[in-house]
Amino acid sequence: MDHTKTFFLDGQEIPFKEGQTVFDAAMAAGVYIPHLCHNPDYEPHSSCRLCTVIVNGRPFAACTQPAVAGQMIQNDTPELREMRRTLTQMLFVEGNHYCPTCEKSGHCKLQATAYDLGLQDNHFPQFFPKREVDASHPDFVLDRDRCILCGHCVRVSRDVDRKCVFAMTHRGIKTEIVVDSPTGLLKDSRLTMEDEAANVCPVGALMPKRKGFQVPIGERPYDKAPIRVDSVKNFRIREERRHG
Amino acid sequence: MSPTLETAAQPADLKRVVIEPVTRVEGHGKVTILLDEENRIHQVRLHIVEFRGFEKFIQGRPYWEVPVMVQRLCGICPVSHHLAAGKAVDMLVGARKLTPAAEKLRRLLHVGQMLQSHALHFFHLASPDLLFGFDSDVAKRNVIGVIEAHPDLAVQGVKLRKYGQEVIRHIAGKRVHGVAAIPGGMNKALKVEERDLLLRDIGPVVEWSRAAVALSRKVFEASAEQHREFGVFPSNFMSLTGPAGELEFYDGGLRARDAQGSAIFDHVDYAHYNRFIREEVKPWSYMKFPFIISQGAEGGWYRVGPLARVNNCDSITTPLAEAERRTFREAAGGGMQHASLAYHWARMIEMLHAAEEIERLLNDPEILGTDLVTKGERALEGIGVIEAPRGTLFHHYRINESDVIEKANLIVSTTNNNQAMNEAVRQVAARYLDGKTLTEGLLNHIEVAIRAYDPCLSCATHALGRMPLQVELLDAEGRLLDRLVKDADGGLSCGEA
Repeated sequence: MDHTKTFFLDGQEIPFKEGQTVFDAAMAAGVYIPHLCHNPDYEPHSSCRLCTVIVNGRPFAACTQPAVAGQMIQNDTPELREMRRTLTQMLFVEGNHYCPTCEKSGHCKLQATAYDLGLQDNHFPQFFPKREVDASHPDFVLDRDRCILCGHCVRVSRDVDRKCVFAMTHRGIKTEIVVDSPTGLLKDSRLTMEDEAANVCPVGALMPKRKGFQVPIGERPYDKAPIRVDSVKNFRIREERRHG
Repeated sequence: MSPTLETAAQPADLKRVVIEPVTRVEGHGKVTILLDEENRIHQVRLHIVEFRGFEKFIQGRPYWEVPVMVQRLCGICPVSHHLAAGKAVDMLVGARKLTPAAEKLRRLLHVGQMLQSHALHFFHLASPDLLFGFDSDVAKRNVIGVIEAHPDLAVQGVKLRKYGQEVIRHIAGKRVHGVAAIPGGMNKALKVEERDLLLRDIGPVVEWSRAAVALSRKVFEASAEQHREFGVFPSNFMSLTGPAGELEFYDGGLRARDAQGSAIFDHVDYAHYNRFIREEVKPWSYMKFPFIISQGAEGGWYRVGPLARVNNCDSITTPLAEAERRTFREAAGGGMQHASLAYHWARMIEMLHAAEEIERLLNDPEILGTDLVTKGERALEGIGVIEAPRGTLFHHYRINESDVIEKANLIVSTTNNNQAMNEAVRQVAARYLDGKTLTEGLLNHIEVAIRAYDPCLSCATHALGRMPLQVELLDAEGRLLDRLVKDADGGLSCGEA
């Protein structure tokens, strides 16, 4: 890859190629930017705002912000860490996240991000929303309690699987995932084991059935490496695979 | 038994003494005592005022989550709940027989748990009462006092518990609330280096366990007269036993014997437990009162735990513990031992068996096996029963076609001992408090009786003697006559209203 241009991220000179986002260039250079709704395999969404960085004094989502030569960008500052921590705390109180008994524990991006940001508690009062668990599908459970509305399943089902099994309905705090089927249940949808959308959930909201807890403690991804190390490593592996 | 002390004839005319909280085990318990003008005791009740709700909130959850969820019932013996639920879930996936490696790993995990839990209770919680006396100087009657007076013994207690926790950690990933059992087996094989590490330290663990049995026996025999009258009452006993009637912690059939040792039922498939056991509800406690159906609610209650298991079994499969069991039974004249304080002695015999069993399992080549999961024909109902450190533990689940829990019934060890603990408290109150002025030492007699059962409501007694207590003596009109308060630091204050 020909990197002839650079920007500065927390004072570090980061090379990039034309069209690359701040997020992609930073990760390729080994600098972690916290994120939840973005999966580098797919188009960025910029909805969780966790990857917000300060570009020339103004906040932007790093996952959609094109890199420009000479930009002065802040990423790892006390203010941004506090903002990211607050956003993550809000996600925890808006849903029903019980890490100690969740099968996604040790694999979960929300949990791993919370650890990375040093969350000690939820800070805000718990909402305890009443959300439905849809276990009707023979192979999957949709546990809306754990959904953080990242939209991965919606986008991947629509853009990759070409099925539009999932969508979001309602607005604001009442937003939730719905299933495209005559009954509204997963069992009557077109979701199959082969669908990419079925395996893209970063938290424990959409999980394959009867697989929980098969990976022992100590061998789960975030037992082996914190998310900031794991994410950068996986990003680089993906880049090498993509570009040779 | 003291049936008349359960409900007084004219409670409105009596003074009421309340010990609250007696203890706190993920909730609260209290003891109420009703006395007349001469301080004669008319009613004693151990109330469990906690309400957990686990049976309700696991409804609607996928069944494979349950072994991990329910272990949060307890921080002391989570492995017991994890494995009881694991066995129930095995039945849901049709895994009637696990692979040899999986079953042996579960057994190893379980005896590791038994070792650490029994060591914790005997050395940290019970030993101050047993070594210094029930009404000895309260400032020294705690684990710190034990460390000062018997430093070698205290260190052995700590190391025994640590070893049990290490066994758990190597199998389940964490000392407390790890994950090991999955539907139909286990999620991790034991590595050679882990096995060797545990084997390296097992020698002293067995020896310290032997010494602990000797100490518990010596304490029992040294105060034989007191032990034979403190919390002694006839009862039925229930436990799992193996096919040959041997002591069994992980699997086996249900056996119940009456106070004379005659069989009520034996080798009962625990999947049919509800044909033999029923639970009674009493309006004054959140904890149910299980009883043996054939004996009726009045006389069918029973004891579980170490005393029941050692009384009930015909043998123990490890040699050192078996020799100690024989001595134990001889001390009871070959019959059933009914002293509540004999729980401590029986508990240490079980700890010795656990240590020997750990050594045996670690030396079994199959413990390193990697074929860990099996399954069979799916079922909609699963029942798992296990002998937890505190007694027989039942987990019963029903799922729907979507793999979600519809109904759950848990009978935890402490629930099985509910009536027995009430009997113990009544007997001790009638024997030691009747007609007396309240003192801290007398109050501790009640705690000692409850503590012998190592109930799950012993989280507070697990607070190393810092259990806050407040006892108030009221007259028939509800006027405060006397008050005794023990604060969280163990300090005492008293005063009349």
